Amino acid sequence: MDISQSMLEIAVERETDGDLLLADIGEGVPFRAGTFDGVISISVLQWLCNADKANHNPFKRLKRFFTLLYSSMRSGGRAVFQVYPESPKQMELITEQATRCGFTGGVVVDYPNSTKAKKVFLCLFAGTPVNNLVMPQGLGSENENTVQYSNERFTGKKRKRRGEVSRKEWIQNKKQKMRSLGKDVTADSKYTGRKRKPKF
Amino acid sequence: MKLLTHNMMKSHCKGVINGFPLKLTHSQIETKEIEFNPDFINRIISRLEWSALVEVANQLGVGEGLPEMLPESQQIDDEDTLKAIHHALLEVDVIEGELECPETAKATSWDRQVSDMRLNED
Repeated sequence: MDISQSMLEIAVERETDGDLLLADIGEGVPFRAGTFDGVISISVLQWLCNADKANHNPFKRLKRFFTLLYSSMRSGGRAVFQVYPESPKQMELITEQATRCGFTGGVVVDYPNSTKAKKVFLCLFAGTPVNNLVMPQGLGSENENTVQYSNERFTGKKRKRRGEVSRKEWIQNKKQKMRSLGKDVTADSKYTGRKRKPKF
Repeated sequence: MKLLTHNMMKSHCKGVINGFPLKLTHSQIETKEIEFNPDFINRIISRLEWSALVEVANQLGVGEGLPEMLPESQQIDDEDTLKAIHHALLEVDVIEGELECPETAKATSWDRQVSDMRLNED
């Protein structure tokens, strides 16, 4: 489904499988109850927050969309939306409307620390899924749930001297940092940070 | 639009109580060859509104071979029947026509693959 005729024409040109609908999802989705198990949407929801016409009310449009989407999904069905929210407030607005219409689930973020690789996904469940509610894990966020805290006073006396961290450790730390930014990093092997012979 | 899609669609006009099925009028059809997958057909028939499918298939003249009612188990072993269902669901393509909401009689039309489902409430 798309509101743009030109985009749909490109889809036809590319010989997409399946049927295409020219529709405004703010008016709802035209499907029978309990039809779908899975719904995918990429870069769409943030547009429902705009009011393109005088009689558009984003709250109502989001509500209408989620209400009809919920009823068109089978119990246990899943919907994933990749969104580009303008602000956390916008994300809250979208998620709130979805929850009001009966969806469970939440927001998953890939690479939250990187401005380039960061992707926001709204993962929703209609009813209780068959094999328990397991929310997908965002990428690049393994170490983010803890914050280092210590009660020590910083006097400057324990200044780290360069060279305190071994070369291999430094290399591994650097690789980990790059991984969390979502960059391509070669896998660690027995050669990583290996001590070279003196003639090097 | 394939009949499989038509079977899943219903009217989303405000205030409509039962917007299914959408009436198909002024239609022109084309048939394509699509790879037959009996597993897919067996699984999808439990998701269909069978009577609506038979009705629209007969209206378009492609309903031969479709049983009047589905068996209790919702599984069909007869390959010919499966092929007839496959043909009606996937191989028939309605390339032109109009869909009418059964209650408000709001018509939506389309051309080739793209169906215009906008409500244009002004």
